[in-house]
Amino acid sequence: MANLTEKSKKSSLNIRQYSMLVALVVIMALFQVLTNGILLKPQNVTNLILQNSYVIVLAVGMLLCIVSSGAIDLSVGSVVAFIGALLGVMIVQHGMNVWLAIVIALLVGALIGVWQGFWIAYVRIPAFIVTLAGMMIFRGLTQYVLQGMTLTPFPKEFLAITSGFLPNIGGGELNLTAFLLGAACIVIYILSEIKKLQSKKKRGFSLPSAGAFWGKIVLVAAAIALFTIWLAFYKGIPILLVILLILVVVYSFYTSKTVPGRHLYAMGGNEKAAVLSGINTKKALFYTFVNMGVLAALGGIVFTSRLQAATPTAGQGFEMDAIAACYIGGASAMGGSGTIVGAVIGALVMGVLNNGLSIMGVGSDITQTIKGLVLLAAVIFDVVSKKKAEQA
Amino acid sequence: MAECILEMRDIVKEFPGVRVLKNVNFSVEKGSIHALVGENGAGKSTLMNVLGGVYPHGTYTGDIVFDGRVCEFKNIKDSEKTGIAIIHQELALIPYLSIGENLFLGNECAKNNQIDWDLTYDNAKKLMAKVGLKEDPNTLIKDISVGKQQLVEIAKALGKDARLLILDEPTAALTETDSRHLLDLLLELKKNGVTCILISHKLNEITEVSDAITILRDGSTIETMVKGKDEITEDQIIKGMVGREMTEMFPQRDCEIGEVAFEIQNWSADDPLTAGKKLLDNVNMKVHKGEVVGIAGLMGAGRTELALSLFGRLYGNNIHGRILKDGREIDTHTVENAIRNKVAYVTEDRKNAGLILMDDICMNITLSSLQKISKNHVIDMDVESQTAEKYRAKLNIKSHSIHQRVGNLSGGNQQKVVLSKWIMTDPDVLILDEPTRGIDVGAKYEIYTIINQLASEGRCIILISSELPEVLGMSDRVYVMNEGKVVGELSREEAKAETVMQCIMANKSMGA
Repeated sequence: MANLTEKSKKSSLNIRQYSMLVALVVIMALFQVLTNGILLKPQNVTNLILQNSYVIVLAVGMLLCIVSSGAIDLSVGSVVAFIGALLGVMIVQHGMNVWLAIVIALLVGALIGVWQGFWIAYVRIPAFIVTLAGMMIFRGLTQYVLQGMTLTPFPKEFLAITSGFLPNIGGGELNLTAFLLGAACIVIYILSEIKKLQSKKKRGFSLPSAGAFWGKIVLVAAAIALFTIWLAFYKGIPILLVILLILVVVYSFYTSKTVPGRHLYAMGGNEKAAVLSGINTKKALFYTFVNMGVLAALGGIVFTSRLQAATPTAGQGFEMDAIAACYIGGASAMGGSGTIVGAVIGALVMGVLNNGLSIMGVGSDITQTIKGLVLLAAVIFDVVSKKKAEQA
Repeated sequence: MAECILEMRDIVKEFPGVRVLKNVNFSVEKGSIHALVGENGAGKSTLMNVLGGVYPHGTYTGDIVFDGRVCEFKNIKDSEKTGIAIIHQELALIPYLSIGENLFLGNECAKNNQIDWDLTYDNAKKLMAKVGLKEDPNTLIKDISVGKQQLVEIAKALGKDARLLILDEPTAALTETDSRHLLDLLLELKKNGVTCILISHKLNEITEVSDAITILRDGSTIETMVKGKDEITEDQIIKGMVGREMTEMFPQRDCEIGEVAFEIQNWSADDPLTAGKKLLDNVNMKVHKGEVVGIAGLMGAGRTELALSLFGRLYGNNIHGRILKDGREIDTHTVENAIRNKVAYVTEDRKNAGLILMDDICMNITLSSLQKISKNHVIDMDVESQTAEKYRAKLNIKSHSIHQRVGNLSGGNQQKVVLSKWIMTDPDVLILDEPTRGIDVGAKYEIYTIINQLASEGRCIILISSELPEVLGMSDRVYVMNEGKVVGELSREEAKAETVMQCIMANKSMGA
């Protein structure tokens, strides 16, 4: 009986995520062939991560908005540009200390979140309208701050956020740091799985078969090993990858394992029921948008560092990429469902499409069309499979 | 014998698992006002929905004969074309359109799809004159009172040449003067040959205006009384409405009732919808340990509003009064505080406000008690599954696992999930609002057993229900509420359907 319990949980909750993971692998394999093996070259893999970093950062914040209320934040692209403009003024024009400027940028992001969150959560103005206004406001402020100019150059230590790599400990041909980090990840992963197993054993829950248990561990460990070895062939582990990993792990944990995380799903699923269950939905919604502001600022920092300049037109359309990533990754537009990992997978699907098609020399017109079709197909697949599941 | 405009013969209507109408026979004389009365759930609305084409021909059995012709309505439009118009309790007007636009919605004065506005407003004025509505037809619906909106609905029906007008609780939301005006209008329309079916709980109004009264109970017609032929008194109507045999529907409970543990003192609140109207007026209640206290009353008596106002102040303006538990005043300003003070409220609206239908049983059960199964805000998933599994077994929730979506459960099992959620918060005071609404008989018995179990653990239970037999069968003591006031307190021995109705009616006639 209990064994059945475990199985049905996995199949009902994760089917969409697994299917998106499979889709990602298929797309990657397809482009690997179509690009004659360029896609998965170590240098291009590193590139892929760096190129899509800002979408992943924004998608993480966007996912919380979508889960908690089905709301989307249209202003993030403009906020990215505005933060970039502020960084330009502070660092390039006034020579401010880079770290101080970054802290200020994150604080400004939080303030923007407070501003929008207040109207949305406490005054109950629809998020769509508040953030549409934000989209115009912060784009306008960006142009005002920059006076139409592009600010450059940024100092090396600021650019290192996106172009830097963890120092190579051994200094040899192959990157030892990457190997060590990969090994550490594998060890931590195995230990945590064993701990989970022991806790289940202690409570007398049914356990997965030894084959399934070790099979999964071997598979994941192999994936981590392969990935780090691949990176080691180029320049090693990008600093940005470390930031992204921390972000994804922390937010995944927050949404799936903590009380406030659970509250977000509950209020997205049924706000009335959440209120009657004792959840302060206004406060939760407010902080969701504050968080989005901070992550939009982080996205601004990352993007400005990668572009190496602050420009008035930065970040246009980023909000749409982030929203699309969440939907492709299985989030429901009505709120109440979706995962961080799903959103990351969604972002990677689009990233691989972008990258693969551009290597093949396909123009941005066709690329855009294909991305739109993939978004629609993913959601249609979701809706249809849910309907089938309900009829069954 | 005057001619019948409507005859409904042997109407049977079933919903999955429940027979709502069992052989209803109902006929209405031309040019009369015919009242239809019955308790909540007796089948009045279902019967009218059959008549109005909401449930198309084929989904019920029996014949509808209108004006001598057998009718088979496929939809609402069909029945409207025949001359039947239903005015529902929730008015179907568009708030941001004008009176004139609303009057001809779906029936526009147009040529080649071009609306003739002069003609529209000209006709609107004529219709408004018929119902005695003195307003500019350009006024938006949202800017006129509920009473006037009611008149607009009637005018709209007349505009479609309705010959049979069905009004569902038309005066429930109206003030005394507006009600008076409406009843006079019905008498006026009768003179002009319009037939009316009036559904109402207000027996004094019914006995005053109607020519015949049909009583519906448990989906069957009990009797039809005709003015001038039969003697009609409110007492007789009440007897007909509630005179049902009480069988072994309720499990026995033998538990000791302790001292007073929960008290509501001088609790008042204003109606957020109508300025100046009292929602709750100086309500006082006491509940002892281990006691089940029922709150009876008609729809709109203020029972749910009372529960919501004291559970986190979710409804009502300017709420004041005191809530005492074990002699100490407690704070229930927010739901969080109420839960912390061990008060729980099981909502009447299971699907829209009680459950997160897209989530599984496990997540729904633990939602209000996550702190109990977490450390530093991190949920222990294994403990969570264990706890949910425990309640699934204890309350006998039928499902294939705790990870089944609650949206796929039956009503009874959904209700058990909601109950589990609140039992997990370990409440001392449990307010149950319509705990068996829309649940089949077997599951009802199970829910009653759970309620008894909770009472025997020394908890205070407040049971709100529109089903009078349920209140009477389950409660140790009954408070009767009407129009926001407690109008009676009856012991188990005193509490009978008749005495409860008398409390309500005594208050009503006092107000009138």
